[in-house]
Amino acid sequence: MDIHILANLSYIVAAALFIFGLKQLGSPATARRGNLLSSLAMLIAVVAGLTAEGIVDFKLIGLGMLIGTIIGALAARLVAMTSMPEMVALFNGSGGAASLLVGWAALYGADVSVFTAVTIILAILIGGITLTGSLVAYGKLSEIVGSGAVVFSGQRIVNSMILIGLLYSGYMLSMDPNPESVWFWVVLGLSLLLGIMAVIPIGGADMPVVISLLNSYSGIAACAAGFAINNNILIVAGALVGASGIILTNIMCKAMNRSLANVLFSGFGAVKQAKAVEGEVKPISPQDAYYILEAASNVCFVPGYGMAVAQAQHVVKELGELLEKNGAEVSYAVHPVAGRMPGHMNVLLAEADVPYEQLVEMDEINPRIENVDVAIVIGANDVVNPSAREDEGSPIYGMPIINVDKARTVFVLKRSMASGFSGVDNPLFFCENTRMLFGDAKESISAVITEFK
Amino acid sequence: MEIVFLTFILVLSVFLGFELISKVPATLHTPLMSGANAISGITLAGAFLSAGLMDDSLAKYLGTAAVAFATVNVVGGYLVTDRMLAMFKSKKGGA
Repeated sequence: MDIHILANLSYIVAAALFIFGLKQLGSPATARRGNLLSSLAMLIAVVAGLTAEGIVDFKLIGLGMLIGTIIGALAARLVAMTSMPEMVALFNGSGGAASLLVGWAALYGADVSVFTAVTIILAILIGGITLTGSLVAYGKLSEIVGSGAVVFSGQRIVNSMILIGLLYSGYMLSMDPNPESVWFWVVLGLSLLLGIMAVIPIGGADMPVVISLLNSYSGIAACAAGFAINNNILIVAGALVGASGIILTNIMCKAMNRSLANVLFSGFGAVKQAKAVEGEVKPISPQDAYYILEAASNVCFVPGYGMAVAQAQHVVKELGELLEKNGAEVSYAVHPVAGRMPGHMNVLLAEADVPYEQLVEMDEINPRIENVDVAIVIGANDVVNPSAREDEGSPIYGMPIINVDKARTVFVLKRSMASGFSGVDNPLFFCENTRMLFGDAKESISAVITEFK
Repeated sequence: MEIVFLTFILVLSVFLGFELISKVPATLHTPLMSGANAISGITLAGAFLSAGLMDDSLAKYLGTAAVAFATVNVVGGYLVTDRMLAMFKSKKGGA
């Protein structure tokens, strides 16, 4: 049989396996197998790709794959679970860079048609945005650059000018698709710039949206590259990734009750003034916390980004086990946007061996929150802020929250009295039933555990 | 005709992608994202085209760099997803 028909048949098999793999990723019981299937599909697609017409020199391919494998494998093995959002951002950027380069290299092909030129430009544009956008996101997540929103006057005008420049230079390049053309460099430069400009106005608390959106872009970039070089499997796989990223983005936006446009374009928190909150906080010692917990029969942990920072997931799980032995019902309530990427808290708790049956989602815990004796808030702030429910002037008004203030008692573990990432005051701290456990989350919980022993 | 054919594939894949992902529980959002991310490294299959050219043009080196970046994405993405999924355990013992 002709080797090219064979290669294309292999692409069909690979596409089917990608689809099965993604489907199985949708359930905790089959997810691991799904990931294996998907990697098998990748292997088939890669081997088939190697047989394509015109590939005669394998030296540089081998070299590229060797370098990539070493970097990828080391990164995947060594990264701490708490740094997962940064890692995903970097992998996204890497995928974007690859699509950009494939588009660029395709410009060197003989007689590029206008349609192909347009898809090449799209691959460069979206790949470029993904690359620099991911790098900025990485910088914000690892706090190399400030994680706040960067907003300056005339930002929209600058962005509009970049867009107009892109449209014009893109048009010029598609009329004369030539890598030596000055318009190519304009398209490349503006695409990279646009990625930076798109992510700097987005604050740290909105990172789950950005990460999923960039994930989607990396798929769309692969898709555009597929059009540029006429390759089915790139289009299918890229479209699957693009669609899944869009869905995650949408879930994240819904969880914050904001539109995507609002997240992308309004440097958050700068606009409205919320009511100032006044009152007295009631601090509590680990010893008193122990007395209350000892008597509790239903305890719910509500983790947030602070748990990741303090690396407190293991002690949290230890305390959870002790409480269970003490006869209490223990659950972990996870808000969809807790942490810095979708599902961030679930991964950390899984790392600490918390069985996934104990993880409950917001909609599940809220109807029975009145039955919770003690809700322990660990490094979460905005996702438990009652202002979102009550104060129409609050920037986060309308965002669905975990109603911990309705539990019988609330412990809030907090470093100090600073406000959350969104810079909004939290009236929860002043509630009648709230007790503040100040200090490092890990140390505070360890202190409570010591009391138990 | 080629364009229509490729666009046809694109449209169907997008619909399929939406159908597949819309029911994933929140617990699996991170592995799903990094697993999907690994799939976006499929660009690798396209990067071979330029990296394997016989001549010595710049395109060849661009292709090689693309191969390296895409491989990081693929290898890293799958390994880290597997590492995460291995940690998701059920109370009953089996994963």
